[in-house]
Amino acid sequence: MDKKIRVLVAKPGLDGHDRGAKVIASALADAGMEVIYTGLHQTPEKIVRTAVEEDVDVIGLSVLSGAHMSIFPKVLELLKKEGKTDILLTGGGIIPAEDMEELNKLGVGKLFGPGSKTQEIAEYISNWHNKNRE
Amino acid sequence: MKYSDLAIDFKSGKRSALARMITLVDNEERDGFEFLKDNYHKRKESFRLGITGPPGVGKSSLMNHLIERYAQIYAKVGVIAIDPSSPFTGGALLGDRLRMNKMYDHENVFVRSLASRGSLGGLSTSTENVAQVMESFGMDIILIETVGVGQSELDVMEITDAVVVVLVPESGDSIQAMKAGLMEIGDVFVVNKSDRDGSDRAVEFIKTSLSFKKAASEKTIPVVKTNALNDENIDSLVSILEETKSYLASSGKMKEKRESRKEKEVKEILRDLFIKSIDKHIKNMENTDASPYEKAKEILKKTGLNVTEELWTKR
Repeated sequence: MDKKIRVLVAKPGLDGHDRGAKVIASALADAGMEVIYTGLHQTPEKIVRTAVEEDVDVIGLSVLSGAHMSIFPKVLELLKKEGKTDILLTGGGIIPAEDMEELNKLGVGKLFGPGSKTQEIAEYISNWHNKNRE
Repeated sequence: MKYSDLAIDFKSGKRSALARMITLVDNEERDGFEFLKDNYHKRKESFRLGITGPPGVGKSSLMNHLIERYAQIYAKVGVIAIDPSSPFTGGALLGDRLRMNKMYDHENVFVRSLASRGSLGGLSTSTENVAQVMESFGMDIILIETVGVGQSELDVMEITDAVVVVLVPESGDSIQAMKAGLMEIGDVFVVNKSDRDGSDRAVEFIKTSLSFKKAASEKTIPVVKTNALNDENIDSLVSILEETKSYLASSGKMKEKRESRKEKEVKEILRDLFIKSIDKHIKNMENTDASPYEKAKEILKKTGLNVTEELWTKR
């Protein structure tokens, strides 16, 4: 049986704009991945707990609220606590370039802004998977 | 992570180890089978409850409440939620957690979403094995939610101790309710979305048609009205389910089910191994004019299996 890439798509925080997350979730499923979609208002704790139980390879967060500088580092920290540093944390939203850079330095994967192509995101994930999982 | 380390973490009750073991089994990896073999006799025989019904009737919403109630009754609640894989891309959107938001971070609860991966009976082929892994983890109860089914995707009855069939008031008239398939596998029936018109009539239709099929000596199958969205009547559903569980245990039906489950599993394994072992013969088949039956006979000869004339004509 092929190993399927399992991705958690989640929307942390309080903003209710989930169109982007839904588009990405369905695009990744169309790219052959198994996508766990949890919907709105997820706390970092819930996200990491779900990632552990679902044994995902990748977490994709959609953040449009401006809270990215607190949410991404918090999720990273909780992943570390769980010993799950081999999970790719990526995502997208309205995130200024300099913040993206800072998050990348902390260990967050590539982040995607408005106008990104869904194919590009799927390719990024499957390339990462090929490189990091045998 | 090495398998031996993983097994130690699993034994010590680590959530992440349970999750990884499920992955190994779901992916049919060697370590997964190794684990199943080693733990078959050590596992707890958890009460397995299947939740099935057509798409959109509210299975996940109902599950959300059942999980909440069971987390109060039992220390370890396992949940397996299956959604369909695409036959075109192999991908899947697993969205059952969306509705189970209420309880899935409760300490007593472990939820796993599975993609059906080409299986057509409402489950994934791995579901039985995933349930066994959860049993090895010591779950008291395992709730299994199928994909949205039609009238004949009934695999869930093979791997559970009891089945809840969820319907809605619009699910059909008395003739629909008399049809074979889905209407025959429920130990409990639920008419969800009971705030809608016709819910009382739907309950009557179902009760009547179930009474046609029932032998006089058999227990009457309960039909419960719920409204999962507003958490209405869930408590009475849970107490009916607990009664059903005790009835199945005391009447010996549960034992019967589990024995036949084992037999089916053996058949399943043999079928799988047989197909795999003759696969190369099938691939190397010469493209002749021989009929499918003749070709099958030829391949059987190569396997050395003794298939008598009688078996041929009987099928």
